Amino acid sequence: MSILLSMDAAVKKGILLVGQISVLAVKGFVGIFIPPFNLKLVLREIDNFGAGSLFLVDLIALFTGMVMSLQTIYGLRMYGAEIYVGSVVSLSLVRELGPVMASIMVGARVGSGIAAEIGAMQVTEQIDAMRALGANPIKKLVSPKILAGMITLPLLTVTADIVGIFGGMVIALFELEIDRTFYIDSVLTTITISDLLSGIGKTVIFGVLVSVIGCYFGLRTTGGTTGVGRSTTITVVTTSILILISDFFLTKLFLVVF
Amino acid sequence: MSKIIIEFKDVYKSFNGLPVHSGINLSIVEGEIMSLLGGSGSGKSVLLKELIGLIRPDKGDIMVFGRNVTQMKEGELIRLREHVGLLFQGAALFDSLTVSENIAYPLREHLQLTENEIRKRVAEKLQLVGLEGIEAKMPAELSGGMKKRVGLARAIATEPDIILYDEPTTGLDPITAQRINELILELQRKLGVTTVVVTHDLHCVRTVSDRIAMLHEGKILTVGTWEELIASGIQMVKDFFRGTICD
Repeated sequence: MSILLSMDAAVKKGILLVGQISVLAVKGFVGIFIPPFNLKLVLREIDNFGAGSLFLVDLIALFTGMVMSLQTIYGLRMYGAEIYVGSVVSLSLVRELGPVMASIMVGARVGSGIAAEIGAMQVTEQIDAMRALGANPIKKLVSPKILAGMITLPLLTVTADIVGIFGGMVIALFELEIDRTFYIDSVLTTITISDLLSGIGKTVIFGVLVSVIGCYFGLRTTGGTTGVGRSTTITVVTTSILILISDFFLTKLFLVVF
Repeated sequence: MSKIIIEFKDVYKSFNGLPVHSGINLSIVEGEIMSLLGGSGSGKSVLLKELIGLIRPDKGDIMVFGRNVTQMKEGELIRLREHVGLLFQGAALFDSLTVSENIAYPLREHLQLTENEIRKRVAEKLQLVGLEGIEAKMPAELSGGMKKRVGLARAIATEPDIILYDEPTTGLDPITAQRINELILELQRKLGVTTVVVTHDLHCVRTVSDRIAMLHEGKILTVGTWEELIASGIQMVKDFFRGTICD
């Protein structure tokens, strides 16, 4: 009985959390369209999201593509179909692995940074100061990060897809000794516009999630520097879980739409 | 009789079921310096934050310039905050901005000034707090006393009608603390602002206050001048001024 009660409490807490994050996301999104518009702040956030994450995301994508290629060749060899490695690797990367992997990596790197930055501002009363000086912290802090996430994560995902497919090709060339043109042709004939849109479309939502979850836990930070540490940890955990859960529902939705 | 600028009417506030204010009633008149005294955790800083709508009380009214802050929407609060400057306990300077950008922050939010006018206003306020020429420095490069003075320059940048000081001299050496006390008096004399000072520092209280309000167990225990409080027969007040721990 106590297990059921604690499960009930945990589910209610989870729903409340998602609700509060959604409210902040809506407020932050609306803030994007309210003047004055501060392009400098958005560009700073894009730089933080994109330039800082590019190498990390692409390095992970390269090795993921290589591993996928190795495993796919092993699996398809049983049916004598290993020459289709390019099709399988590219489809998996573009539709699923590229967007999710890039989002989780950026969520860990940027989301935790956002939580730490805003959390430190919260515990040193800088958020209160911002309000006392006549500014709206959501418009100043949350909105530029949401916009930056929505723009940058899809772009990072495109680079991750390309690098991942390249990694797969390198392995295919060495393991199967297939022609490079054949591999590229098989990728190009397999991937359709709807695959690209489905994969990249998801990352726009993931970009919002990464920004908003970091901001949410940052703004709720209490308890000094220990609290900042707690906020960064819970941001990474929550971002990863919510990306994977929303990925399932978005995949279902995009399968219907595209 | 002087005009009442700030009025707390039966204000209640609790955090996680723990009462902080249990019926605060206090009036502050135009141009006076009112100090709020009380033990740690007695809710003095909360009172300042309630005054500009950063924290909402559970019950009661807070009138500022004759308008009820507890009923104001965020837009109205932002307009009110243009007329109220707040010096935070830890200065709360924005780490990512220079001294100049910190002081210019409320000017950019509230006023339509040109960059040249903003530069002039920043230099003028820095001069007032005795810190000329540090516009380009980052907050991390400043000492505690300098941070407080930059925080003060930021609080007075829009030339507010009310200035709130949260522990202005805490953690400062006696010379810097005295400099801050003189600044509080100077600003009141020069600009005629209404001032509320939250502090534990009895020297600061004695130097700057016109009247002193003492908070105890969520209520205003007594209000009076320094001399009146020194002569008070209330045991809690006597103990506080003697530095005795009393509960």
